[in-house]
Amino acid sequence: MADRIHWFTFAAPSRFYVLSGFLVPWLWAVCAVLTVVGLYVGFFVAPTDATQGEAYRIIFIHVPAAWMSMIIYLAMAGWAALGWAFNVRMAAMLARALAPTGALFTFIALWTGAFWGRPAWGAWWVWDARLTSELILLFLYLGYIALVEAIDDVRRADKAGALVAIVGAVNVPIIYFSVRWWNTLHQGASISMTAAPKMASTMLLAMLLMTLAFWAYAFAVVFVRARAIVLEREAEHDWVQELRRQGPPGRETFA
Amino acid sequence: MTWASAGEFFAMGGYGVYVWGAYAVTAVFMVVEATLTIRRRRRAMHDAMRSSNEGMGS
Repeated sequence: MADRIHWFTFAAPSRFYVLSGFLVPWLWAVCAVLTVVGLYVGFFVAPTDATQGEAYRIIFIHVPAAWMSMIIYLAMAGWAALGWAFNVRMAAMLARALAPTGALFTFIALWTGAFWGRPAWGAWWVWDARLTSELILLFLYLGYIALVEAIDDVRRADKAGALVAIVGAVNVPIIYFSVRWWNTLHQGASISMTAAPKMASTMLLAMLLMTLAFWAYAFAVVFVRARAIVLEREAEHDWVQELRRQGPPGRETFA
Repeated sequence: MTWASAGEFFAMGGYGVYVWGAYAVTAVFMVVEATLTIRRRRRAMHDAMRSSNEGMGS
């Protein structure tokens, strides 16, 4: 009888593996389409900026990368906490899968920010609150990865990593509110939940399309990495051997 | 936004180094990450197959 919700049904690595195998090719396709449309709007529809000229077009990758760096960290800490609280291996594997992609987006946010800062502010880097806290986020990601790789016992490593991830999560609201709490060179929020956006609608459109593109990319790449981690940890289990005998259920393109 | 020529597009109003420096590094890193990760998944399946063969063969 289907009168109880099976909350943990996709906690089974085998089910996650099969489901993600179906989803990943579609995620790549969505990412590709959104990227093409987003960059088209960004470079061929959005106008030149009155103050910054064409340099502002870095916004179409800088802001999406920065948003993803924060969202992925919260997802990583969340899955790590769930894995620790409910002793679910799959949650811990997802946390590990998220970390490198989160670190990459943090690096991209810092790099594209520097390349925007040089023409806009005259400086590649300043130690203002937002830039510094984003740099700390990168260190947190790298620290998490180093820690879980350093501990041999996998389940122990998961728990230690969860602690680091959860404690580090306080940095995310600091990054977000930094431009409000401190006097920063980095500009304040252009988009808020309560007021109209302070940017041209075509620029906003391109930025949102690229955010969704990065999101689709993140799902695709994180799912592929999680699938790798599942296979690495569960190699001896029967379902993996069944997959090997029968072949995967779907096409698994770029998965 | 109409660009008068491809040259104008790549020059980005004099900011070409900054705009393309940002976009190029981003694209390279994302493609490399995706490629390495897909390879990792395939290697993991390959290793899982091999380890089972060794177990069953003896």
